[in-house]
Amino acid sequence: MSEQAAAVEIKGVSKVFKGGTTALTGIDVEIHPGEFVSLIGPSGCGKSTLLRIVGDLIAPSEGQVVVNGKSAHRARLDRDYGIVFQDAVLYDWRTVSKNIALPLEMGGWDRRRRGERVREMLQLVELEGFESHYPWQLSGGMQQRVSIARALSFSPALLLMDEPFGALDEMTRERMNAELLRIWEETRSTIVFVTHSIAEAVFLSTRVAVMSARPGRISTVIPIDLPQPRTALTREAPRFFELVTAVREALHLGAEVEPAA
Amino acid sequence: MTAIAAERPTGRRTFRLREAAGRAGVLLLVLAALWGLWEGYRWVWSTAGFTWPFPVDATTMPHLHSIFSALFQPSRTNGPLLIHVLLDSALFTAKEAATGFALGAVVGFALAIVLAHSRLLQRGFLPYIIASQTVPILAIAPMVVVWLGSLSVPAWFSVAVIAAYLTFFPVTINSLRGLQSADPRAVELMRSFAASRWSILWRLRVPASLPYVFSALRVAATGSVVGAIVGELPSSIQDGLGGAILNFAQYYTFQPTNLWATNVVAAALGVLFFVAVVGAERLVVRRAPENVA
Repeated sequence: MSEQAAAVEIKGVSKVFKGGTTALTGIDVEIHPGEFVSLIGPSGCGKSTLLRIVGDLIAPSEGQVVVNGKSAHRARLDRDYGIVFQDAVLYDWRTVSKNIALPLEMGGWDRRRRGERVREMLQLVELEGFESHYPWQLSGGMQQRVSIARALSFSPALLLMDEPFGALDEMTRERMNAELLRIWEETRSTIVFVTHSIAEAVFLSTRVAVMSARPGRISTVIPIDLPQPRTALTREAPRFFELVTAVREALHLGAEVEPAA
Repeated sequence: MTAIAAERPTGRRTFRLREAAGRAGVLLLVLAALWGLWEGYRWVWSTAGFTWPFPVDATTMPHLHSIFSALFQPSRTNGPLLIHVLLDSALFTAKEAATGFALGAVVGFALAIVLAHSRLLQRGFLPYIIASQTVPILAIAPMVVVWLGSLSVPAWFSVAVIAAYLTFFPVTINSLRGLQSADPRAVELMRSFAASRWSILWRLRVPASLPYVFSALRVAATGSVVGAIVGELPSSIQDGLGGAILNFAQYYTFQPTNLWATNVVAAALGVLFFVAVVGAERLVVRRAPENVA
């Protein structure tokens, strides 16, 4: 693999928290532009920590992260990241439009360009007609769409998603999965996605990185060779079940192997 | 799409109207009950001749109707109606209280912003800020009047400063909490947008603090009126409600209703300040209805 082509390179990253807990150890991953990579693992395996390190929200204890050829810190200052959390984290005092426009305001976009961009984003996440609603007037799924629209509004090179659909019911979750894939195809962005749903990881990803806990590390990376575009039928394909099984087994294997101290 | 858009039923207006009528009804009911309690207590104590804790008569507990009717009688022979005198005094005190309120709110909020940026400053300053409130205002007021008076500042402004002294404290304490109340993930989000500290302050921390700030401002609103009235006492200002209270207290045995009526007007002024803050809050703070404090 050529180094220049990587969207994200995680090289020998480990994280030891104050108090001595080792959250992550020896993480090496390379993610290519346009890829959809899921991090899956048991609670406490450090997958959210890894995502935060990639996004330069916390610093690794060792190793480094290179995003599009620059340091994670530089990438953050260049607004290369769009982040979506499990909760939408919308600002109650801003309308849907103004929430989506928040990063654009900070990027110094003028009012007219902001308005145009917000309209495009509302279209992308299918929320036309809700621009002047306040967050509390929307359902959980709609709030999460606003949060995705906000993350994508400034066209970041990399979308980091931390269990974005974890708080939604199964039906809404599956619909949001399909929508995310549509958005991913339309925007051609690179996505790093944290989840603990095996089915979700397999359905969405081009690769699934399986993590194990204590200390967190990547035990296996499973390429997902399901054909694109993926539809409701994908979930019923025999290959889908094979891959779900493969990920599940990798997870269990990771849980059994106690790492040498 | 599971749209749970804001409901805008056609009957919203009538519903609001009915709600307002209901609220006014409850207010009147409570007023009637309080009136009944006062007059009932009077009647029982005076007919039974109870002298504990104090004998009830027209001096210790005037009839409520005579308190209200005193408002519409001359304050002294051939003088203007009491209500005119008191409204003038109330206006004067309102000027002091409003100025003090604004001063205290601005200083209190600015102080909170400074303290919110450093735990060290908080540790250093908060004990003194708290101590400042344990010193009785009556002890501070004469000094403020003397200091500012020697700078030839008008006396009413000294009183405003005293009112500000009572106002800033709740504002500082609550704003500090409010500024620190922002969701940590919202802060991370701002960082991911490469937001400056300044931008995080103005776009996130300050708006997130507003519900806290306003609950402090409600307390401060009534506090500033109290501060202004108390501040007038040692500064020998005759034009405000404090002056009126001092004056009518001296003649209490002759005309107790004047003092009671003054208290009613002072209370009304406090309520007015409170309602003004609540109104401003409705205009400024946008948030989920179930979160309204």
